[in-house]
Amino acid sequence: MKYLSLMVVIPLIGALVTAFVPKHKPRTAKIVALVVSLAVLALTIAAAFAFDAGGERLQLGESYPWIPQWGLRFSFAVDGIALVLIGLSALLVPLVILSSWKDADDDGTGGRRNVPTFFALILALEATMIGVFAASDVLLFYIFFEVMLVPMYFLIGSYGGARRQYAAVKFFLYSLVGGMLMLAAVIGLWVTAKNGLGHATFDWNEIVALAQGGGIPGDLQKWLFLGFFAAFAIKAPFFPFHTWLPDAGGAAPAGAAALLVGVLDKVGTFGILRYCLPMFPEASKYFAPMAIALSLIGILYGALLAVGQTDLKRLVAYTSISHFGFIGIGIFAFSSQAATGSVLYMVNHGLATGLLFIVVGFLVQRRGSQSIADFGGAGKALPLLSGVFFVAGMASLALPGTSPFVSEFLVLIGTFAVNKTVAILAALGMVLAAAYILWMYQRTMQGTLNPKLADVAPMKKDLSLREKVVVAPLVVLIIALGVYPKPLLDVIEPAVQSTMVDIGVSDPAPTAATGAEK
Amino acid sequence: MNDIQLPEIDYGALAPMLIVFGLACVGILVEAFVPRAWRFYVQAPLTVGGLVAGLIAVIANSGVEITTIGGAVTVDGPGLFLQGAIIVLGIVSLGLIAERRLERGGPFVAEAAHAANSDGDKAQEREEGATEVFPLTLFALAGMMLFCVSGDLLTMFVALEVFSLPLYLLCGLARRRRLISQEAALKYFLLGAFASAFFLYGVALLYGYAGTVSLTGIRAAVLESEQSPILLAAGLALLAIGLLFKAAAVPFHVWTPDVYQGAPTPVTALMAACTKAAAFGGLLRVFNVAFETTAWDWQPVLAAVAILTMIVGSVLAVAQTDIKRLLAYSSVANAGYLMVGVVSLNDAVGSSMFYLVAYGFSVLGAFAMVTLVRDSEGEATHLSRWAGLGKGSPVFSAAFTFLMLGFAGIPLTSGFTSKFALFSSAWDADQSALVIVGVLSSVVLAFPYLKVVVLLWLNPPGEETPTVSVPGPLTWSVIALGVAVTLLLGVAPSFLLDLVADAGPFLAK
Repeated sequence: MKYLSLMVVIPLIGALVTAFVPKHKPRTAKIVALVVSLAVLALTIAAAFAFDAGGERLQLGESYPWIPQWGLRFSFAVDGIALVLIGLSALLVPLVILSSWKDADDDGTGGRRNVPTFFALILALEATMIGVFAASDVLLFYIFFEVMLVPMYFLIGSYGGARRQYAAVKFFLYSLVGGMLMLAAVIGLWVTAKNGLGHATFDWNEIVALAQGGGIPGDLQKWLFLGFFAAFAIKAPFFPFHTWLPDAGGAAPAGAAALLVGVLDKVGTFGILRYCLPMFPEASKYFAPMAIALSLIGILYGALLAVGQTDLKRLVAYTSISHFGFIGIGIFAFSSQAATGSVLYMVNHGLATGLLFIVVGFLVQRRGSQSIADFGGAGKALPLLSGVFFVAGMASLALPGTSPFVSEFLVLIGTFAVNKTVAILAALGMVLAAAYILWMYQRTMQGTLNPKLADVAPMKKDLSLREKVVVAPLVVLIIALGVYPKPLLDVIEPAVQSTMVDIGVSDPAPTAATGAEK
Repeated sequence: MNDIQLPEIDYGALAPMLIVFGLACVGILVEAFVPRAWRFYVQAPLTVGGLVAGLIAVIANSGVEITTIGGAVTVDGPGLFLQGAIIVLGIVSLGLIAERRLERGGPFVAEAAHAANSDGDKAQEREEGATEVFPLTLFALAGMMLFCVSGDLLTMFVALEVFSLPLYLLCGLARRRRLISQEAALKYFLLGAFASAFFLYGVALLYGYAGTVSLTGIRAAVLESEQSPILLAAGLALLAIGLLFKAAAVPFHVWTPDVYQGAPTPVTALMAACTKAAAFGGLLRVFNVAFETTAWDWQPVLAAVAILTMIVGSVLAVAQTDIKRLLAYSSVANAGYLMVGVVSLNDAVGSSMFYLVAYGFSVLGAFAMVTLVRDSEGEATHLSRWAGLGKGSPVFSAAFTFLMLGFAGIPLTSGFTSKFALFSSAWDADQSALVIVGVLSSVVLAFPYLKVVVLLWLNPPGEETPTVSVPGPLTWSVIALGVAVTLLLGVAPSFLLDLVADAGPFLAK
């Protein structure tokens, strides 16, 4: 079964179909989009069963010729890391579609919006998200990486909140800077590979084999690494390339923001693991201190700024910058324990922040404002919503028992074994996390009821059935994976091990990872 | 006394140009002898038919490599490809030139020379348009075709003048906004005349150095001549100025925005697509054939020109508020990318030609769409007038957005494949610094394109948003072709990549 290509093609066709649903039949468009995304989820589950965790590094491979002159092929294959991230995307998209069910209906000022286009854009985004993780051809990866910008740009620009134009353009330009630098590096890599291998190819396996055999000279490695890293660091985003994220996350509609921060940003950290480390091992080691420093600054700076935010969505966006610092440290600590933790964190962060954005979306839709000051004491009227909000918040600050805890813990102990100072400084981020999450929760849900809320009727409606269906799977997964992360770890670990071998790190299998199930 | 020997003439190799030149002459006769009311209906099919015949002749010549009429013309793979490209792009732009549905009488007036806003000028705004534009276009296209296959610098100069003079005139024929149209024509003519003078002076110095004006002769003389190399350097520099002017490379680009804005939009489209192809065809031939062996001397200078062109073009594009000026600066920046191809010499000839075709179709589509946004004053080119067009005209805006994304180099458009092809061959030729400037400047350049997209979709419509006219079949086809080729070359460029690879290098013997 050609799982991967189907998982790219089906949402793409779904997007086209949805886009051509007449404007006055928004319901049809929504249902088509939901069905398509559920079909993709079913396919993903089937693919996960077809994946052999103990098998080869890249599995479910497919390859079709595209532009033979350049050696470009439609090549898809996944390792454990890509598989879990595809799973995350396939899970989040139907939930986001369901959670955004009414978001596109009007723009809050009575203006009409094109509902079918909104859902078509989400499906198009899903196709590119799965494609970017599934590609095993460097140029194909780049193509998905760039095309991904277009649907997200329109989601933010056409359906976002205040300052959406500014946010959309900023998002696009920042990503494009990174993308173009990566393009230069891809070209350099391609020319080097062509001269080294004797034929034009973008095949990931061939290029990694060449790189591992020392086929990319040291100086060139550094430049190419920087090209790729720039793109990934902007995407992730790492300090100091992060300024687009609060704007984009704050202006995007909640569903799109959940996908933006939950999945799109993971492309950056995924790219570092999949492309930077195996293809440029020496350069990766050379630049690791810089990357760790940036990550560390990101953890603390993102957390501090999160504490100071007055806007719910921007606050969540800043927490992500802090969390991405953890992921970055885990990757560049070069221990398989920390790297495993990082990958696990990518998934868990997607679940936790995805849930947080979705719940914030529910709140914002009810209140008609993103400003924290417009809430206050809302919890009493909304017991269920505030409960889910609390769970999402706890997951975000990595409370033991929620899934992000396991990953953050793995990153920290893995890093501690390598560099104590970094681990200790990073741990400060966990303290700040408690501050920004608890304070946010307190200001919105607890205390006396904000008098301004008294007249807002929707603020008295607790979660509807649709909303319950959206949050239930995420809450269950966050807790289940917090208690029993083994299924994910089993899939992730072999891929991480191979990556560590690529950069010449061979530490013993992480004992804490297998023993951390408590 | 030697008898003057008649050079051998290979009429087959010259056929494409002879056909187009011949039909241009027939077009003049049509103007003289066919009644006014019929002229349009005779000229338009005649012109298109002539170009199709020329294209067939080009295709029939494929594989020919020959130098004929005493070295004046060198027909080779790249030359034929460029001729074919110019004809095809010319046919497409004729769709805009012949369009008469958007405006009564077509986009041109009959006489360029009436003083703007004089009574005569106002009167002709309401009259039938000129049909002289058809033979003028044919002359321009034929000149461009000759320019790409010139074997010596004098032929090249003649070709340069043959394609420039009709363009100067065409620029002044806009039906609306006569004053800036005339300004454009005058400016283009004056600066073009300067550039021609530079070119000719350069030819003279090179003749003094090499004792010949043939490109291959200069190539040989570089290795043998006992003349001072200063002659060579000065001649090369002056020659390059003439060529870079036509190519709109910085610092010889200043005419571009004014002329692109003032000229009738169909002519602007013609210049952006075909003149660009011809100018770079000539540049590529001159530097690859005549001066390849002195590359060490001029490569750094041209590389600096390329960098300047990319940066200045893209930075100034950001500040534009008129769509035609924006596209003009974008065309300057694209000239910079093409200069990267020139600097990279033989490795990049194929990808430069690919770029010219890809860019040509996109830019034709874009200008075709500019002709549709109108109000009572004619085309509404100020960007503020484009705000909110997406609401009322979603198909138009979607197509324009696609072209803009193409210009920005987003994958799955020809903008991406052509940039990849060009930059990868440049990297292969050890010009990686130029590649990096190229990608960075294309980020800057993406901003104005995005600005247009934002205007179309995200801004509320203004008080008096112009209407998007329903295109006639001609303009419609041009737009459809522009969009379709932009997509096709972005998704399946293999056939064209094969074609440019088969064209091989320039004939340098």
